[in-house]
Amino acid sequence: MELIVPILAAAVRSGTPILYATLGEIITEKSGVLNLGLEGIMLIGAYTGFIVTFNTGSPLWGLAAAFLAGVAVNVIHAFLCISLRANQVICGLAMTMFGTGMSSLLGRSYVGQTISGLGVMPLPGLSSLPVVGPVFFNQDPMVYMSYFLVFLVWFLIFKTKFGLKMRAVGDSPLSAEAAGISVSTVRYISTLLGGGFVSLGGAYLSVVYSHMWVELMTAGRGWIAVALVIFAIWHPFRAALGSYLFGGVEALQMRIQAGGTSIPAPLLMMLPYILTIMVLVMISVLKGRGRFLGSPSALGLPFYREERE
Amino acid sequence: MIKIEKRFYISKGQELYIILASIILALLSGALMLGLMGVNPWEAYGMMLKGSLSDFYGISETLAKTIPLAMCSLAVGLAFTMVVWNIGAEGQFVMGALACTAFVRYFYTDSAIVMLVSMVLASSLAGGFWGAFAGFLKARWNVNEIITTLMMNYIAILLLQYFVYGSWRDPTSLGFPMTPVFPESARLPQFFASRVHAGLFFALIVALILWIVVRKGVWGYEIRVSGQNPRAADYAGIKSARNVILVMFLSGAIAGLAGMAEMAGLHRRLQPGFAVGYGYTAIIIAWLARLHPFTIIFVSFFFGALFVGGENLQIAMRLPLSTVQILQGLILFFLLGGEFFRSYRISLTFKKR
Repeated sequence: MELIVPILAAAVRSGTPILYATLGEIITEKSGVLNLGLEGIMLIGAYTGFIVTFNTGSPLWGLAAAFLAGVAVNVIHAFLCISLRANQVICGLAMTMFGTGMSSLLGRSYVGQTISGLGVMPLPGLSSLPVVGPVFFNQDPMVYMSYFLVFLVWFLIFKTKFGLKMRAVGDSPLSAEAAGISVSTVRYISTLLGGGFVSLGGAYLSVVYSHMWVELMTAGRGWIAVALVIFAIWHPFRAALGSYLFGGVEALQMRIQAGGTSIPAPLLMMLPYILTIMVLVMISVLKGRGRFLGSPSALGLPFYREERE
Repeated sequence: MIKIEKRFYISKGQELYIILASIILALLSGALMLGLMGVNPWEAYGMMLKGSLSDFYGISETLAKTIPLAMCSLAVGLAFTMVVWNIGAEGQFVMGALACTAFVRYFYTDSAIVMLVSMVLASSLAGGFWGAFAGFLKARWNVNEIITTLMMNYIAILLLQYFVYGSWRDPTSLGFPMTPVFPESARLPQFFASRVHAGLFFALIVALILWIVVRKGVWGYEIRVSGQNPRAADYAGIKSARNVILVMFLSGAIAGLAGMAEMAGLHRRLQPGFAVGYGYTAIIIAWLARLHPFTIIFVSFFFGALFVGGENLQIAMRLPLSTVQILQGLILFFLLGGEFFRSYRISLTFKKR
C-alpha cells in the first residue's frame, strides 16, 4: 500500500490536465463540432496561464486568463467551421499549428523561469480517509474543481434544457432547426465553452503541475484527449476513468525512470501513445459489435440550412 | 441587404483569385501579428524573401526543401483522395530514414546501385508498414486513423531518439547524438555545387506515376468513389477495406522514400531534429493543391521558400522557426475561409421601394 498510494495520487494529478481537455472536447463534440486543435489550444492555455501568473503573482488570475484565451482562440474554429462551414478536420489541424507556433514564439522569453504556482490543499476530514484520502483529497484546488466539473458537465449535457438542445443539434441538426433551435448559436456556445476547458487543462500543466513554461510541454496530451473522448463514448464519468488511466501510466513511467532502470527513456515514453492506440482499437472492436449510444451522429458535418427541402 | 447564394459554377480564374486573396490576407494578418509583437513585419518578410528566392543559393536551398515537402504532400494527397486522413507522414518519413540508416549500418556494400535499390526498398517498406498498420486498423475495426497515425508519429520520433542516443551513436561524435556519416556508395548525388540532390527526381517520378494511376486509371477512380461516396462504392463492388490498407501502405511508402532521400541526399547521417514538421506542412500543401500531383510540386516550392525564409529569420532577426508555423496556420485558416466563397456567392442587393 505504501508504494501504491503515492503512485495513485500521482495518477490523479497527471490525469487532471487530460481530464479538463477531454471534458472540454466532449462539450464541443456533443453539439456536432469536431475540434482537433486540442494540442494547440492546450499550449496556448499553458502559455497564457504561466505568463499571467508570472506577472501578477496570482495563479487564480493565470487560470482565469487561460480559460478566456481558450474561448478567444476557439472563436476562429467556431467561425470557420460553423459560419463558413469549413472542413473541421483541416481546421483543427490549422488550430494545432497556430497554437503551437504562437505559444512557442511568445513564450520563448519565459523559458527557464519558475513560479510558485498552486499548492496542495488537503480537504479536512476527507483527506484522512484510508487510501481514498491521500489519493483523491490531498490534492490541489484544481483537482477538486475537476471532480466538480465532471458532474457539472454531466448535468449540463443530460439534465439541462441547453444540454438537450446540444444533443439535438449534434445528432440531427435538421430536426433541431425544425423544432426552432438555432443550430449555429448552440454550436457556437458549445465550441467556445469547450475551448475554455481545454485551455484550462493546458494551464494546469504549467501553473499547477510543473510551475514552469516549456515549449511543446503538452507532448501529445491534446491528441490523447481526442482519443479519450471516443473511449469515454462522450460521457463525462468515463472521461474521468480514462484520464486517470493515462495519468497512471504517466506516473508509473516516471516512477520507473526515477527508480533507475535499464530500459531506455524513449521506450518508456512511448507507453502512453501505444496505450492510446490500444484503447482506441478496443473501443472500436466493441463498437463494431453493437452501436453505442452517445456518439453524436452529425459529428464533423457542417450544417447546410438551405439544403432543407 | 446581404444575400448568400449557392454557386453552381466557378471558373478557374475566380478560383485562383480566391486562393491568392486568401494567401495575401493570411500574410497581412501575419504582418499585423508580428507588428503587435514589436517586430517590423515588412523587414521580416523582406528577410524571408531575400533568404529564399533572391539568389542562386537561396533558390537551391528552397529546392532542397521542396523535395521532402513535395514527397510528403504527394503521400498525404494520395490518402486524402480516398478521404483517409493520413496525418502520419511525419512518422512515416522518420521510419523511412530509420530503415535506410539501419540498412547502411548493417548491410553495407560497396556497390552504389545495390545500395540505392535496397535503401529505396527498405525505406518505402518501413514507411509503408507504418502507414498500413493504421490503414489495417481502420479497415478492420474502423479505428479513427487521424489519432492512430498521429500517435505513431510520436512513437516514430521516440524510436529515432532511442537509436541515435543509444546504440547507433557515432563513437567519434564527441557525445553528439548522431550516427556516423554514410559511406560514399550510400549517398545520392548533389548537383550544381548546392544541396539540391537526386531526390528531386524521386519527387517528379512519384508525381508522374500518381498522376497516371490516380487521375487516369481505374484504381484511382475506385479510390475516389470510395472516398466521396462509400455507399455507391459498395454497390459498385469496390473493395473499400482492401483499398484503405493499400492506400495507406502506398502513402506511407512515399513518405518513407522521402525520408530515405533526405538521409542519402541531404543529411547523410541520422540525427534528431531532421524531421521539422514537413509531414504536417504536407497537409496544407496537398489541400491547397487540391490533391493534384503536379500542382503539389509547384505549391511545395512555395512552402519550401517559406521554410528557408524562416531559417533566415532565425539567423537575421532571431525569430524562432515557430514564426513559420504561425504563418502556416494563418494561411490554412484563410484558405479554409476562402473555400466558403468557392461554393457561395455573397451579393449586396438594394431593396427598391
